[in-house]
Parts: sequence; structure tokens; C-alpha cells
Amino acid sequence: MNLRRDVFQAIADPTRRAILLLVATQSMTAGAIASNFNTARPTVSKHLQILTECELLGQEQTGREIYYHINAKKMKAIADFIEPFRQMWDDRFNKLEDIMKNYQQKK
Amino acid sequence: MELKTKINAEDGKQYLVITREFDLPLELLFKAHIEPEIVEQWMGTKVLKLEGKKHGSWQFETLDANGNVVFRANGVIHEFVPNQKITRTFEMENTPFPVQLEFLEFEQLTDVTSKISIRIVYKSVEARDQMLKLPFAQGLNMAHNRLENTLKKLNNIHHDKAQ
Repeated sequence: MNLRRDVFQAIADPTRRAILLLVATQSMTAGAIASNFNTARPTVSKHLQILTECELLGQEQTGREIYYHINAKKMKAIADFIEPFRQMWDDRFNKLEDIMKNYQQKK
Repeated sequence: MELKTKINAEDGKQYLVITREFDLPLELLFKAHIEPEIVEQWMGTKVLKLEGKKHGSWQFETLDANGNVVFRANGVIHEFVPNQKITRTFEMENTPFPVQLEFLEFEQLTDVTSKISIRIVYKSVEARDQMLKLPFAQGLNMAHNRLENTLKKLNNIHHDKAQ
């Protein structure tokens, strides 16, 4: 399994990015996380599973509840966290290039 | 697939440089940064204001499906030289992220290719790294109405730490 690629695929999904942002400030249970979304609970569970598998989220058992938190270690090295940022700018610039190529042809 | 966009972010520095070459003439690359309806398309946000001039200002806003503001940013333009450079500030409203300074430089490579280089200067090394760790916070397509609340919480945590 290519773990590195999986991390970027995990971050590519807007709901998963929203989940990461939610737990950036505090550990939360799956139920608390799901209550922030209109999406069905099993869908949120699937997202949590993917984020946990690629180690962006960590799990901690407190009593009966499992809390999810951001796995800071995973995002420690610049090389790790710069990639999604680069991907975001690359997506934007690809769009810009396409739009302006069409613009050029229309003129 | 190799990404055409390069990012140079050295460890322990409070700035970074984004560079990208385009199969576009310089004039079109520059135009894409100053025409509101074009900026809206590739940035994926509404442009409320974009004054392409020295001492001008700009403001972007993104709403979710319910009409809630999920992202709003603004800044002022310090330098504006057509087809050469734009120097501006960038500030996300209602977030703990400090204002940042952006130097955009446009360069002609050939008649049909051009290059942009954006140097972003942050308040501190920590501010830069924190911003990079949450690219989705900057992601203008965040259709999530809790974003603002979450960022307010983040703000409070920082506030608590500072005390």
C-alpha cells in the first residue's frame, strides 16, 4: 500500500477535510463529528475509517467512547504538509490555464 | 503525475515561494488575476471587490448552499504594475490567522508562455506552518457552515494559551 499517496487522496475529499478541521481543536466522538454533517452516519464512519487508516486521525478510548484526534506526528514534517497546499495551488492554476486558453480562442 | 506548481518552503523560515509556468502569454496570465469574473472561476469564490491599482483593495467571499458565509478574505494592494507585479496583503476574516503579505511577480518566458512567482510572508514561522497544516482552512471551496465556529474555537484556544 502506498501510504503517502493515500494521505493525499484522503485530503482530496471535502468532507474529510472538514472532519480534520473539526478535530483540529479538540478530540471528538464519531457521533459528535457526524452531528456536524447532513451526511448519513455510515458515510461519516467510512470517512473516519479512511482518515484513521492513513494515520491522519488517531483514536483514543475513554470509557466506552472512542475519541478521534488529529495525528500531529503525521503532519510534522514540512514535506508532509506542504503537499496538500501545493496540490490546492496546482488545481487552481490548472483551472486558470484552461479558462484562459478558452478565453484566447473565443477572442 | 508531476505537478507543474512548485513550492519552496525552507525549514524555519517565515515565508514561502510558489512558482508555476503557464502555456499562456504573459498578458493573459496577468488578466486572470485582475478580471473579477475570471478570478471567481479559478479561485472558486465570489469576488466582492477587486481594485487593480495602488492603494486599491479587494474582498472575496464564499457562501455554502444555505447562504452562510464559509470564507471571507480581504486585503489592500500596495503595488500594481500591469504584466509585472502585484504586492498585496491577505487576511482571512473571523479567523485567528494573522494577515500575510504577498508579492506576485509575472514574467514572460516566450510569446506563448509565462511564469508567476508568489512570495508569501507570514507573521512568524509558526504562523506559516500552521497555515500550511490547514490548507483546507484556506481552501475556498469549504462548503461547511461550522468552519467559522471551529476557527473561532481555535482562536479562543490561542487566546487562552497567550494568557
